[in-house]
Amino acid sequence: MQDTLLEMRSITKTFPGVKALDDVSLKVQAGEIHAICGENGAGKSTLMKVLSGVYPAGSYEGEIHYDGAVTAFRDITDSEAKGIIIIHQELALVPLLSIAENLFLGNENARGGVIDWRATNQKTESLLRKVGLRDAPTTLVEKLGVGKQQLVEIAKALAKDVRLLILDEPTSALSESDSQALLDLMLELKAQGMTQIIISHKLNEVRRVADTVTVIRDGQSVSSFNTKDGITEDRIVRDMVGRSMENRYPERTPKIGKRIMRVSDWSVYHPEHADRQVIHNVGFDVRAGEVVGIAGLMGAGRTELAMSIFGQSWGQNISGRVEMHGQPVDVSDVSRAIAAGLAYVTEDRKSLGLILDDTITRNVTLANLPGVARGSVLNDHAETEVAEKYRKDLGIRTPGVFQKVVNLSGGNQQKVVLSKWLFVGPEVLILDEPTRGIDVGAKYEIYGLINDLAAAGKGVVMISSEMPELLGMCDRIYVMNEGAFVGEMPASEASQERIMSLIVNE
Amino acid sequence: MSVAENTSQSARGSGGIGAYLAAHLREYGLLFALIAVMAFFQIVTGGTLLRPINLTNLLLQNSYIIIMALGMLIVIVAGHIDLSVGSVMGFIGALAAVMIVNLEMPIGVTMIACVAMGAVIGAAQGYWVAYWGIPSFIVTLAGMLVFRGLSLWLLEGQSVGPFPREFQVIATGFVPDILPGSEAMKSLFGTRNFNVLAFATGIIAAAWVIWSGMRQRAQNKAYGIEDEPRAFFLLRTAIIAIALVFILYKLSTFRGLPNVLLTMGVLTIIYAFITERTVLGRRIYALGGNQKAAKLSGIKTERLTFLAFVNMGMLAAIAGLVFAARLNTATPKAGFALELDVIAAVFIGGASMSGGVGKIVGAVVGAFLMGVLNNGMSIMGIGIDYQQMIKGLVLLAAVIFDVYNKRKG
Repeated sequence: MQDTLLEMRSITKTFPGVKALDDVSLKVQAGEIHAICGENGAGKSTLMKVLSGVYPAGSYEGEIHYDGAVTAFRDITDSEAKGIIIIHQELALVPLLSIAENLFLGNENARGGVIDWRATNQKTESLLRKVGLRDAPTTLVEKLGVGKQQLVEIAKALAKDVRLLILDEPTSALSESDSQALLDLMLELKAQGMTQIIISHKLNEVRRVADTVTVIRDGQSVSSFNTKDGITEDRIVRDMVGRSMENRYPERTPKIGKRIMRVSDWSVYHPEHADRQVIHNVGFDVRAGEVVGIAGLMGAGRTELAMSIFGQSWGQNISGRVEMHGQPVDVSDVSRAIAAGLAYVTEDRKSLGLILDDTITRNVTLANLPGVARGSVLNDHAETEVAEKYRKDLGIRTPGVFQKVVNLSGGNQQKVVLSKWLFVGPEVLILDEPTRGIDVGAKYEIYGLINDLAAAGKGVVMISSEMPELLGMCDRIYVMNEGAFVGEMPASEASQERIMSLIVNE
Repeated sequence: MSVAENTSQSARGSGGIGAYLAAHLREYGLLFALIAVMAFFQIVTGGTLLRPINLTNLLLQNSYIIIMALGMLIVIVAGHIDLSVGSVMGFIGALAAVMIVNLEMPIGVTMIACVAMGAVIGAAQGYWVAYWGIPSFIVTLAGMLVFRGLSLWLLEGQSVGPFPREFQVIATGFVPDILPGSEAMKSLFGTRNFNVLAFATGIIAAAWVIWSGMRQRAQNKAYGIEDEPRAFFLLRTAIIAIALVFILYKLSTFRGLPNVLLTMGVLTIIYAFITERTVLGRRIYALGGNQKAAKLSGIKTERLTFLAFVNMGMLAAIAGLVFAARLNTATPKAGFALELDVIAAVFIGGASMSGGVGKIVGAVVGAFLMGVLNNGMSIMGIGIDYQQMIKGLVLLAAVIFDVYNKRKG
């Protein structure tokens, strides 16, 4: 009945040391909406990069059949010329240019280098009508909300004679009504005969628009079904997370004491959009010797929650209470949060955690300089001793503590950040994606350090997108979705399926 | 980050003296460039450069640049720039002239008021940079125009002067010789004048350089921090010690220790100490190195930025007083384009445009290098046209050298 527009056969893509895609196959019929589901890091984005030529032909194994012929794209321009267009999660619009200028960016209606504004604006208007936007073509993109910007992206794709439209997590930043409008538009485009691929975690959306679902896990295509066959969300969730658990986490016997920290009714608004509430009345507590996990997908608001608690480093119009040992504390700036006994290890250690061009020593003492000073005069040798102590305690592998941190590996850099916060002497450490970008061996060491912290009676809050990591490390897990906590469970009762279904069912 | 620490770790990897020199070319390069330039001009000017009277002049001519370079280094290390310092300096000179000459106010009161005014000016600019996030380039460009205009307004387009003798002394006076033995030294060295205080200062400064260098080395050894090769340490320390004794000896055979040298020396020591040895100084480097990381480490980055500008305003005010006292008059054009010399000195001294890198001593040496170039070329009778071109090329060369070194390393 239908023709196959795209078939990717046995795609294997290897990065040094990692097999990102392993024998993945994907078959997309002309005129359908095909959903690709999978966890963070399952390989969805890599697959789309192979398809669009970001990874050029020859850098992967396998074949791509498109429109009845084997293709080998050299780059994005190549795939766009064939009508394959990706709309990425982070929108690629220039905020200070108008809608019309954005739509034809790099593809201007020009004669001899002079832009024909009349033609540009006319074409823009008709494209905007197609996606249901009524804004003037001369409106600056920055004046539009995220939802409308997403529609502009689609209009931009339509301007290029798109045949296969790929949307990567298109609704992740959208409100409920904007999401519905976008899904409606997808169905309308489908009615006009356009083939689309949607990458999404949200199974309710997938069920609403998709004709076919392919699940990818750990770089392999696990299953593919037709949604008409009555497939349950449970089945998809199981396929998404169903990897075997190995013993990748050091053993720990929890000794959980009294409650140290308690956060209640925590609400935060977006720093630039004052009307957008990002964190909704979140409450949690942490006890001595306990490792508490916060699970959720990217964009769930976990980092925003942590940073807003840590000295209001993110957001505005923040309300709620933070108590330490039952007493309310002032966390209105970072130095007060530190004084209250908090430490926050950022997920972005290179730009937020370290001064890369500085030495290990100077990074370790940065948050507690008075600790190595007499009065306000620094004592170089005390400083060196502190750095040496942490180098030994945490096993930072370096020729010496006067090495610049830029020269260290990811795992060792992370240990430097941890050292910095340990030297502050906190009671509760909030670790945001503590093992991101770290190789497997170093991960195990970081896990060991986290266990040591808990054993020393500190409270640990661990934010991670890797669910097995949370299940392996935590005593208790909160599940966060769209800025709110949607569940809490002891680790003994937690499973990836349970967490994932809390997230996808909202 | 400081050059000294760079020192210890890069030597580690390779070991050899050649590798060490390659890694520290910039640091030594600046010192050797200064020596080479001085030697060159000493020869081509037939010995005029190092004559006591010219050395004294050299110090007086560059004092206000050096004083402002101290503040500018901090502003640049913090990741900003201040284009207004020349104008502010001129404005403070004008203010001092109006207060002392026209209104006949006491000198002490005037000086305090001027320095306070400098702090207020710095605060007024720093406020917008620190708390509103307005680029310092814009704020201080505006300040440059505003204070240039204010000077003109204050002086009503005229030059105001002369100052009373007691005020001129700030810039042109000499520290009286309080030590005995002048007669004996005169006959010993066979000179017409001999200022024992100046000579003793030279000896003490040299001794301090040697002693503190050796102490540092001993401690580094005890803590297992690798240091520069012994030969380098000895050579560098010897050159600095000999230069100190030599220059102060020259000065002592003229009129002794200029008041501005004392001011400059004391300020340099204070600022070098603050930037390298105190919590405050370290935080400024952290702010310039990575503002977000510094802020997330509990450092009050806004307040530090604000203070850097307040400090810059105060130093510009001190420089304004020295400048007015030296010229013995305040003119509406005083300090014109001087900010460029100050900024150039800081960059020649090894500071980085992106912040977080640079040393007080580097900025002072950079200012001296420019000063010697100016002075030497003037003695040779080279036109202002060529002088400008040569100074421009020296600045460019110094920065290219930095970038090249960084890329290579």
